[in-house]
Amino acid sequence: MPAERTLPNTEAEDLIALAREIAREELAPVAGEFEQAHRFPREQFRLLGKSGLLGLPYPERWGGGDVPYEVYLQALEEIASAWMSVGVGMSVHTMSCFALAYYGTEQQRDRWLPDMLSGQLLGAYALSEPHAGSDAAALTTRAEPDGEHYVVNGTKAWITHGGEADYYTTMVRTDPDGSKGISCLLVDAGTDGLSAAPPEQKMGMTASTTAQLVFSDARVERERLIGDEGSGLRIALDSLASGRLGIAACSVGLAQAALDEAVAYATQRTQFGTPIIDFQGIEFLLADMAAAVESSRATYLEAARRKDRGLPFGRQASIAKLVATDSAMKVTTDAVQVLGGAGYTRDFPVERYMREAKVPQIFEGTNQIQRMVIARELRRG
Amino acid sequence: MTNIVVLVKQVPDTYSERKLTETDHTLDRESADAVLDEINERAVEEALKIKEAGEGEVTVLCVGPDRATDAIRKALSMGADKAVHVSDEALHGSDLVATSRVIAAAIGKLDSVDLVIAGNEASDGRGGAVPAVVAELLGLPQLTHAHHLAVEGSTVKVDRETADEGITHLEANLPALVSVTEKINEPRYPSFKGIMAAKKKPVETYTVADLGIDAGEVGLTNAWSAVQSASPKPPRQAGERVEDDGEGGTKIAEYLVGQKLV
Ligand SMILES: Cc1cc2nc3c(=O)[nH]c(=O)nc-3n(C[C@H](O)[C@H](O)[C@H](O)COP(=O)(O)OP(=O)(O)OC[C@H]3O[C@@H](n4cnc5c(N)ncnc54)[C@H](O)[C@@H]3O)c2cc1C
Repeated sequence: MPAERTLPNTEAEDLIALAREIAREELAPVAGEFEQAHRFPREQFRLLGKSGLLGLPYPERWGGGDVPYEVYLQALEEIASAWMSVGVGMSVHTMSCFALAYYGTEQQRDRWLPDMLSGQLLGAYALSEPHAGSDAAALTTRAEPDGEHYVVNGTKAWITHGGEADYYTTMVRTDPDGSKGISCLLVDAGTDGLSAAPPEQKMGMTASTTAQLVFSDARVERERLIGDEGSGLRIALDSLASGRLGIAACSVGLAQAALDEAVAYATQRTQFGTPIIDFQGIEFLLADMAAAVESSRATYLEAARRKDRGLPFGRQASIAKLVATDSAMKVTTDAVQVLGGAGYTRDFPVERYMREAKVPQIFEGTNQIQRMVIARELRRG
Repeated sequence: MTNIVVLVKQVPDTYSERKLTETDHTLDRESADAVLDEINERAVEEALKIKEAGEGEVTVLCVGPDRATDAIRKALSMGADKAVHVSDEALHGSDLVATSRVIAAAIGKLDSVDLVIAGNEASDGRGGAVPAVVAELLGLPQLTHAHHLAVEGSTVKVDRETADEGITHLEANLPALVSVTEKINEPRYPSFKGIMAAKKKPVETYTVADLGIDAGEVGLTNAWSAVQSASPKPPRQAGERVEDDGEGGTKIAEYLVGQKLV
């Protein structure tokens, strides 16, 4: 059953219809095959770009869709419900545009933003390092000024689209002074001295590449510095607050897909002469799954509406990410339970959903880190 | 400049459950998701290709309830320039002859139409005769069941596919009417820019009276045929499975002979 949505206007309705159509016709039919073959869906991203889905929440002036987050996230949820790797990719790409869109100069935006928002160029966001995960401010990738360039040395870790992206919104250290020494560079993927390591072998989301990026005397033009030197951590955290809402929406889409699959199976599978959906043990499980999906959706939408109104939304975004990703983990696990042995096989997609649901609890700030963000605000009062 | 009119219909989504109403056996349009018929997406695509190759304007024409504005917006968001929507309670249950008369009258309201493009049939009613009837009423040459279409100057050429007699090449002077099959092209997806642009495109709405047609000539009570009863298709029987242990071919041949199919 497709999610029932209340949307603000007909453009939003038509946008969701478009996202659903692409999800149903172009993504869902090939998702399983690509995931099994570990094949990166570059063509599918091109189609999303052409359809205007890779720059939705950014200004029209640079080719964006100018839609509120409330609407963008629901389109994203539809994409993720058909294919999590593509949903997360759309979210990461959108986040990779954030730094330039909000902190770039007019000139920088005119130069690079249109190709990014049109999806002509696929983006990635490079903050984490092998020794700086949750403690991102401990990053050590060094950028030394040298004339018109920075010379960059170091290793970024876990980069979604690593080796596939056309540019990397990269946080580097321009000064040894802790969190104040971090700066943001918009690095072209073709930069000499930049290479991607072989992709990580992951539990799920195997069509989405995740790889280390190695900078070895990579020369990046100084005009690619976004914002001031030293403002990188603020840019990074600001990007993440919005990015987390994307991950929450993707997780709701994934959970919705698992719920739909479970309901369809429970309706046609009979045991003891009865469709299993008529057993209270199963029916209550499905009802709890639906409650988890819909309450998670309501939670991310509330955070999005605050953001759209210009209100502080950091705590709400962390709550949405925490609630939606934990729900998706539970709902996908329960979907496997509803399908019994069939659910544990690759003949049905729910085992894949369950593997895919694990990582949103980890990236863009682990759920422990989300609790710390929430608690910090509570303490502040 | 080629002025093209594309006939478009809103139909129940083939992905959702489709059924007839209990009361008058007309299509239950409320129970299913409604979409622009896929064949019409192809008709719109073909019109847009002609427009993009030269010069032209694409008008989509839809006869349908108020809710059909969604299908019209879809066609506009793909790139059509404007729309005509004939919407009238009196049209409920109209047969294809009455529908064709309404379409022909609405086309008559537009000036200098060079080409009318329709799908060869709609995925709900599947009468498949509307394009021919409209052409007849307008006195236009009809080039139906086209799987290839080209406009060259003031002529239109199509390849028509017939069941087993190969391909017929047809040609006519404009103005003309063409109906296209689902093989004609792969329709484009709208883009979000197209969706935003569609909002500002003109949609003219007519009632049957606006078209000079008496409400008493259309609708269910004036239809030439009526559905008396309907029952769902019986579930498909499981097929017979032939294991190939080296004799698979022979077994299949025997089966076909047994069924008097060969
Ligand atoms: C598939 C995938 C894609 C990713 N994509 C990107 C990307 O595109 N860009 C990018 O920059 N990064 C990306 N990441 C990195 C991701 O954000 C990090 O993995 C995450 O921030 C956690 O860092 P870590 O793996 O080093 O774990 P650690 O920080 O070492 O954490 C290990 C455990 O300790 C817990 N922990 C750590 N600190 C505390 C604390 N103070 N209190 C309580 N518990 C704590 C954590 O919650 C976790 O359970 C990706 C990761 C994965 C797996």
